Amino acid sequence: MKSLGNIRRSFAPWTDPDAKPYITFRNVTKRFGDFTAVDDLTLNIYHREFFALLGASGCGKSTLLRMLAGFERPTSGEIILDGQDIAGIPPYKRPVNMMFQSYALFPHMTVESNIGFGLRQDGMPKNEIADRVTQMLKLVKLEKFAKRKPHQLSGGQRQRVALARSLAKRPKVLLLDEPLGALDKKLREETQFELMDLQQELGLTFVVVTHDQEEAMTMADRIAVMSHGKVIQVATPAEIYEAPNSRFVADFIGDVNILDGKVSASGNGKIELAVNEGFTVRTATGNTPATGSSAGFAIRPEKLKVTRAAPVDASVNAAEGEIWDIGYLGDMTVFYVKLASGKVVKASMLNAQREVEDPIAYDEKVWVSFGETAGVVLKD
Amino acid sequence: MNTWSRFNIASVVLGFSFLYLPIVLLVVFSFNESKLVTVWAGFSLKWYVSLFQNQGLMDAAWVTIRVALISATVATALGTMAALALTRYTRFRGRLLFSGMVYAPLVMPEVITGLSLLLLFVAIGFDRGFVTVTLAHITFSMCFVTVVVQSRLLSFDRSIEEAALDLGATPVKTFLEVTLPVIAPAVLSGWMLALTLSLDDLVISSFTSGPGATTLPMKIYSQVRLGVTPEINAACTILIGFVAIGVIIASIMTKRREVQRQRDEQAAFAGR
Repeated sequence: MKSLGNIRRSFAPWTDPDAKPYITFRNVTKRFGDFTAVDDLTLNIYHREFFALLGASGCGKSTLLRMLAGFERPTSGEIILDGQDIAGIPPYKRPVNMMFQSYALFPHMTVESNIGFGLRQDGMPKNEIADRVTQMLKLVKLEKFAKRKPHQLSGGQRQRVALARSLAKRPKVLLLDEPLGALDKKLREETQFELMDLQQELGLTFVVVTHDQEEAMTMADRIAVMSHGKVIQVATPAEIYEAPNSRFVADFIGDVNILDGKVSASGNGKIELAVNEGFTVRTATGNTPATGSSAGFAIRPEKLKVTRAAPVDASVNAAEGEIWDIGYLGDMTVFYVKLASGKVVKASMLNAQREVEDPIAYDEKVWVSFGETAGVVLKD
Repeated sequence: MNTWSRFNIASVVLGFSFLYLPIVLLVVFSFNESKLVTVWAGFSLKWYVSLFQNQGLMDAAWVTIRVALISATVATALGTMAALALTRYTRFRGRLLFSGMVYAPLVMPEVITGLSLLLLFVAIGFDRGFVTVTLAHITFSMCFVTVVVQSRLLSFDRSIEEAALDLGATPVKTFLEVTLPVIAPAVLSGWMLALTLSLDDLVISSFTSGPGATTLPMKIYSQVRLGVTPEINAACTILIGFVAIGVIIASIMTKRREVQRQRDEQAAFAGR
């Protein structure tokens, strides 16, 4: 069976109609005065899932996380965790813990007592607290720093203390608010994989809020793309990228060319779209709007092929244009091709060989081509 | 930049003598043999001996210390609570009025504060004495504590309180175990400020005090009206000594903490 390039472990409870969601937001709305931060939102998150809330700032993702933690109460709707409605339970009685964006370490406590804080609140015996703290320090590889205060640590170490502290109580769900936002790029990439390993190892449900699409794509089992308090699409990273359900998602995640047109024929799972650029796109993927309705067609730059000669195979979609601009990035070259209509499309080609005889140059006439499964028809 | 021109030297000498000459004179004359304050007649410690035998002055000093300790402590508690309310609840009804009312005593002439308190105590038939002085001191020093604590709270990272709640601490425990320890330095300096203000207050004490509750500044002032005695000089020298020692200890501690902090931060960066 063909799939959308998903290479993740076989974990997909959301495809099983009998699976019970672990966390459910049901018609949740949150208003601050006149501003609606979360708008009648319904969402299911499953046990042991690594779930990402992705969106621009102000889209309501942080409010959603804070409602799960108990710092905000929903204006209406219910939030169910493991079969229990938690909307009215204060944060200090919820079986969830949060890792804060600023880390929020207690500046007057050592690393040890920061990690043990939650356990002390539960009245755990002293020796058990000590054991658990040692175990957590080992987990985040900070054994040598137990007696230090937060200001004696580097940014990466503080991040790991915050993580250890939020995991120490073994919460049912770990909430992470922009967990890697304050780290530099290299450390961020390392930590992404550490977090994924940790989540697998501990078998916990992680809900992470991020505005960084790469971070969400790398770590999450599923991503919810949010905008203006609503969830636009919930799907695996591969589905979000390869089969966006709307113009917003296609545009938000990665680079995309969107061609507008009218459906000229549809049937047998195939659609013909007469695009405004003066040619017909034949495609077998995406939504199937009725004949005659207008629709958009999204295609990623790396799915486009740029050649001097017209493609031989007549079933391949192709359009003529000229090179408008070329960007050489090392691993690939980006061609901006101006089509007959004046629209510029972006195509990226991998530089698989070091030496190319007679490379495509500026102002040359070229053909842009793509197969019938390369792009998707968008809902308007 | 670093050359000591004559002009620079002159301005430093002038500035410092303006500030400290009166105090130096006072200290020097406290060791004077003569009873005349302005005539030097040789070194002696006799005024210090007679100071400790002057029951009136010693009583006044004891009253002052008790008033200062009690009023500073109560004012700190009330002032901190007001500061919390003002920074945390930024949008309650009448907030502007409340903050204006908290700060009013800062700019209110002391005579007015004193007089209005006196009128109040008379109106409700409260016998003036130790309790009324203490209450008056709480009233005027509270707003200073509020200002100091509020400026600390404005830069306070609220997410550490949320983290404490998230980890299972009740709101009361969060305040005691997280908020209070973090703002403790500001609360302490508010307390010190209130203590100092109470120690040297003359105007409001004069209005609100009654028999048996004479504070040291009041006592000194009333004695000076009868003529300055070297005894008063000795008392003031001791006060200056206490203040100087306090300031020196505080600045050494701040300096040490700063050096330690810098060293820690360097270690953190080097050690990764």
